[in-house]
Amino acid sequence: MYAFLTGPMFYLSLAVFFIGLAVRVILYIRGLDWKLDRVAYRAHPKAGLKGALRSIGYWLVPFGTRSWRVQPFMTVIFFVFHIGAVIVPLFLLAHNMILKEKFGFSFFTLNPTLADVLTWGVLISAILLVLRRIALPEVRILTTGYDYFILAISVAPFVTGLICRYHVGDYSAWLLVHIAAGELLLILAPFTKLSHIVLYFMSRGQLGMDFGIKRGGMNGKPISW
Amino acid sequence: MPEGTLCNKQPIDTDEQLKALLGDKGGKVYYEEMKLLEVDQEKLQDTIRKTMKSRIKTWLKICAHCGMCADSCFLYRINDCDPKQVPAYKVQSTLGEMVRKKGRVDNAFMHMAMETAWAKCTCCNRCAMYCPHGIDMGVMVGYMRGLLYQQGFVPWEMKIGAGMHRVYRAQMDVTPEEFVDTFQWMVEEYEEEYAGLTVPVDKEGADIMYTVNAREVKHYPEDLAEAAILFTIAGEDWTIPSSGWELTSLAMFAGDWEACRMQVESVYDAMERLKPKRMIGTECGHAHRATVIEGPYWAGRPDGKPPVESIHYVEWVAEALRTGKLKIDPEKRIKKPVTLQDSCNYIRNHGLKEITREIMSYMVEPGYFFDMAPNKEHNYCCGGGGGFNGIGLYRPQRNKALITKRDQILGTGADLVIAPCHNCWDAIRDLEEEYEIGISWSFLKPLLIDMVIVPEHMKPEE
Repeated sequence: MYAFLTGPMFYLSLAVFFIGLAVRVILYIRGLDWKLDRVAYRAHPKAGLKGALRSIGYWLVPFGTRSWRVQPFMTVIFFVFHIGAVIVPLFLLAHNMILKEKFGFSFFTLNPTLADVLTWGVLISAILLVLRRIALPEVRILTTGYDYFILAISVAPFVTGLICRYHVGDYSAWLLVHIAAGELLLILAPFTKLSHIVLYFMSRGQLGMDFGIKRGGMNGKPISW
Repeated sequence: MPEGTLCNKQPIDTDEQLKALLGDKGGKVYYEEMKLLEVDQEKLQDTIRKTMKSRIKTWLKICAHCGMCADSCFLYRINDCDPKQVPAYKVQSTLGEMVRKKGRVDNAFMHMAMETAWAKCTCCNRCAMYCPHGIDMGVMVGYMRGLLYQQGFVPWEMKIGAGMHRVYRAQMDVTPEEFVDTFQWMVEEYEEEYAGLTVPVDKEGADIMYTVNAREVKHYPEDLAEAAILFTIAGEDWTIPSSGWELTSLAMFAGDWEACRMQVESVYDAMERLKPKRMIGTECGHAHRATVIEGPYWAGRPDGKPPVESIHYVEWVAEALRTGKLKIDPEKRIKKPVTLQDSCNYIRNHGLKEITREIMSYMVEPGYFFDMAPNKEHNYCCGGGGGFNGIGLYRPQRNKALITKRDQILGTGADLVIAPCHNCWDAIRDLEEEYEIGISWSFLKPLLIDMVIVPEHMKPEE
């Protein structure tokens, strides 16, 4: 089982993840229609690029936009969740050892304490995101089972990762579950709302181009997000 | 497929049809017939398939249901934070459902969608600024209005408005002759006060081609004279086109994209015919949006621009004051508390936030200008945008919506609200009528007329 999950399944899940998300990006861009979207994408590449980068950039910074500033609780749990969710899998020491072994290269690695803090951060903020969904009527009305499903598959690798980290129960069994959960996440990403891993950049970039090209970007001071 | 005689899927293309619909006071028969109107589900699905591309598809799919858009919506806030007013919910429960059900929706659903599209959203696009994914729910509601219009589920006044553009190339039944006559008559009214006042019609190669809102011709003709006076004082080389003079587009509010194209092409034709250096439109927000921002796309112009440089009236005013073409008598600057209404259509959606404040710096005595909170691109809709002002069926909802602006104005302590936008101006007038908070409201033109220095050669002979 271990050999299968760290062998063929490992490569398969990475392939599905990267190829799948690349296809999502290509389909998104091919589906843009200057006439229907009413944005002259091609005619004003410079203004479009500037608008797109501003739109993406400001939103990647905690409290970088008015929306983030007026909802500080959400902003904190949102960023704690996302920062941990992106950084830990990429830069965890154990993961980089696998990377080195499989592909012959690795990234810099996280200080183990920081890795712990970030992982617990993901867990705690996920719980708070769930509570927020239940507590706030304006979020409750939008929430479907699918939203919880997405959150569950996103958090599963972190929960199982912590179980392995603290050697709770049968280590080798939990390690298998952890690897499987991670691979499931990779495989599902292109086909679910998790595709926002790339489509966030597309959607934000598109709206940035819209404002940058058509809605005032070439007309005085750019929009303050 | 049952269709009513008044309420049906056919656009209004003749004056007779217009008169028949106008004859149905308040749309009584029209709305009765709508209750029996069948949904052409196949056509709905087919239209969605052909016109809903990756942008809107992605928006609908990746919405994280986080609810961060809720507080951005003034209609959500003013309706006691009703969860059904959350922008994402409004879109998911209407357009989202149409898509998920592949167009298989019924009459009751379409009634609900119509109310959502015209009474629960003014397409102010404020929510787009608060969604982390950059989902513009105003754009999606605008898109849905097109689907609803195609199916005949459109408020009575909107159907009439779109029909007016189709028949008259104006939002009201004003013919080119009536337009020119009214303009000339109004100018004559003032020519004794302002020597040399004229209105050049169809002059080729002028610096400025001026376009208006048909309401000015029909209900506020002084506005036309004021425009003429200010252009003349500023020494501008200007003209009006005898056709293609209508800047507005109720067709845009209605979601009648074909009528939008017809309307805006009439203005572009005038530009091509008269070859002015610039087009300047009157103090109207949605009209600027329709003709300058969205119009080029309806007309299929790949650069997204009208045939000649086109600017909003506030841009001209700022320029004229900056360059000294118009000079304000410092004694006559406004010396009472003043605030400014930021029109969604050219502030949030066309970046003119600094221009209008520059104008305030010239017109208002320092210390008397008080900005609303929030303001600029984050300002709230006046409460009557996107057609909301004009729909009798949704008047109670509209009146409630005005409370947001009322409280924003009260928060500034201003006596005077400057509203360089017809829709905002109307909404503020209505909120004063409804809630009597003791404010006055004005376009820029009458205020400027009272404070600009009239050159000697224009002063009447004693």
